[in-house]
Amino acid sequence: MRQIAFYGKGGIGKSTTSQNTIAALSETQRVMIVGCDPKADSTRLMLHTKAQTTILSLAAERGSVEDLELEEVLLTGYNNVRCVESGGPEPGVGCAGRGIITAINFLEEEGAYEDLDLVSYDVLGDVVCGGFAMPIREGKAQEIYIVTSGEMMAMYAANNIARGILKYAQSGGVRLGGLICNSRKVDREVELIEALADKLGTKMIHFVPRDNVVQRAELRRMTVIEYEPDHPQAQEYRALARKIEHNKDLVIPTPITMDELEELLVQYGFMDSDAEYQKALEADKAAASV
Amino acid sequence: MTYVEENKKLIQEVLEAYPEKAAKKRSKHLNVHEESNSDCGVKSNKKSVPGVMTTRGCAYAGAKGVVWGPVKDMIHISHGPVGCGYYSWSGRRNYYIGTTGVDTFGTMQFTSDFQERDIVFGGDKKLAKLIDELEILFPLSQGTTIESECPIGLIGDDIEAVARQKAKETEKPVVPVRCEGFRGVSQSLGHHIANDTVRDWVLPKADEYRKLPEGFEPSPYDVNIIGDYNIGGDAWPSRMLLEAIGLRVISQFSGDGTFNETVMTPLAKLNLIHCYRSMNYICRHMEEKYGIGWLEYNFFGPTQIAKSLRKIAAQFDETIQENAEKVIAQYQADMDAVIAQYRPRLEGKTVMMMVGGLRPRHVIPAFEDLGMKVIGTGYEFGHGDDYKRTADYVKDGTIIYDDVSGHEFEEFAKQLNPDLIAAGIKEKYVFQKMALPFRQMHSWDYSGPYHGYHGFAVFARDMDLAINNPTWSLIENPWNK
Repeated sequence: MRQIAFYGKGGIGKSTTSQNTIAALSETQRVMIVGCDPKADSTRLMLHTKAQTTILSLAAERGSVEDLELEEVLLTGYNNVRCVESGGPEPGVGCAGRGIITAINFLEEEGAYEDLDLVSYDVLGDVVCGGFAMPIREGKAQEIYIVTSGEMMAMYAANNIARGILKYAQSGGVRLGGLICNSRKVDREVELIEALADKLGTKMIHFVPRDNVVQRAELRRMTVIEYEPDHPQAQEYRALARKIEHNKDLVIPTPITMDELEELLVQYGFMDSDAEYQKALEADKAAASV
Repeated sequence: MTYVEENKKLIQEVLEAYPEKAAKKRSKHLNVHEESNSDCGVKSNKKSVPGVMTTRGCAYAGAKGVVWGPVKDMIHISHGPVGCGYYSWSGRRNYYIGTTGVDTFGTMQFTSDFQERDIVFGGDKKLAKLIDELEILFPLSQGTTIESECPIGLIGDDIEAVARQKAKETEKPVVPVRCEGFRGVSQSLGHHIANDTVRDWVLPKADEYRKLPEGFEPSPYDVNIIGDYNIGGDAWPSRMLLEAIGLRVISQFSGDGTFNETVMTPLAKLNLIHCYRSMNYICRHMEEKYGIGWLEYNFFGPTQIAKSLRKIAAQFDETIQENAEKVIAQYQADMDAVIAQYRPRLEGKTVMMMVGGLRPRHVIPAFEDLGMKVIGTGYEFGHGDDYKRTADYVKDGTIIYDDVSGHEFEEFAKQLNPDLIAAGIKEKYVFQKMALPFRQMHSWDYSGPYHGYHGFAVFARDMDLAINNPTWSLIENPWNK
């Protein structure tokens, strides 16, 4: 059984990308999705629901996870993909990180990991604390795919995730599988992400173009694979799925410093250099004194 | 080699066991007192060296166990998982008068018993419910304090909001104490945090909360006893002495004290502070805000008691001063009898001490009254001002050890071979197995009181019982074999 995880900045299209990819993977593999996001939107397109009942919300209702049965939270979705969501607290209270740890421990104890070829974790945002690193710790996901785009904050998050992977690479054996560029149609996006991948010691495994069919499918709570299986966008996800399936290029990432990341952005024209910045400030000053 | 030099050499030898970095760090916390030195020459209130055995506690222990815990008619909630509350159950033998479970709660333990879901979803709702339930079960409680355990700080629960809401609903004080154990280097920060909650949550509303006793008239002799925790009944003989010289104790904060006494404190003319370390903060605040002066005193042993009574009386008029002399004279015969009985049995015996708060210095004169010598002393969690004060108490050549480690304490004891070790429960059995007589000086080894003239008689008896117990001579020191 292979275990993979999708990480990336919030709002980057991580859940959409991962579900479409999993839908494509499910054509050849027995898959389980473990959603690790208090929003609980990692399985929506598989189950055609708003949000499924999460482990933690049910545990809160009953008293503790020991009071739950696996069947109550492990549902079967599109193409027999098994779906489970950890859930978590409402914003501003409690500890979402601990929630993920609790939920994954529950799944392990209850034997949710049996008869599977692939487990996919979909993890919220950055590796902000130990809880969000849970899926990459010992015995969990061995390959991480970082969903990013050619925007500064998405790349910043990608670099941070690489740092999280590096931390656990020695002890737990987790590796970076590659970057997935979910296009935002930013200029020179492919070159920029390839350059970033190069710096991180990995590669851009696939460039997913932007297409409105994704939104049309989402409106119907479906993946493109299910909604329009023959659409070129579905083929893109299948291509990504095949690349992940056969990926042998798993590396220990080499995260870069904030300065190096900024240099990269300057190089690709996403940010001005310090010299340009000073020039702009002086121009403002000159304009003000007139 | 002089005695000072010998002891300095001993410190160097003890440090040799450490790795270089640890030795360097610890060397600053160990010294030999020389008369020219005004602060004992040690660093203090620093993070303990990782890997050594330290006896320190945590901020929660300081706030819940020391400062707030003894306020007897309030409910003190250990907010978090059950362990911290369970293992601090019953406090430090802070005796009190009252009907436990009805109007006083000192030996009871209240906890929010955090479970996994409280961590994940936050524990504010549970805390609110708990306070509601406690209000139904114990309607005579005069208020609540919430002592945060570590996880509360980690998940960022808003206990202040719960406190405000519940104070409004119950019309009783609810005090949130952010004393998460990971804060600070020892329990000392917990004392400070607890003092600050008195400043921020209690005293500003003192006028509203206060229930003046019927016919209460302010008097020029009103004083507070601050920082006597009534361990084994310590505050009682102390209070008797103050009343005997004509002062009126309007508040004991916090040993055998009530919440109402806490809000009475600003009405006093003088704060008399015994444990400076844990309560100086609120005394300084009351001085600034209400102009109430504060005075440190020492009620261990007849020499210091007489000195302190005169010092206290000097703050008042001649009547009080005359009373003080009368009281000192009145107890003189009793004290002479105690000393006549025990001094011959204890003369020349040596002691090594290691305690918290005020005792590493305050108890020295009581030992000296019995003819004993303190050859080493140190604080678990003292600060620079404690060591400055200690310099007035210790003799040339006394070894001073701050936040002493297990290794250091044992080695010093082996080399100096004292007749008595006076320290805490964590050290007790180690030294007893070394055939060294031991007294547990945090809660008086299930004895007490030790304060005041009455306490000194108990103290002298206990030291004799420990040192002259024939058991110890039947055990061979393993290192002397």
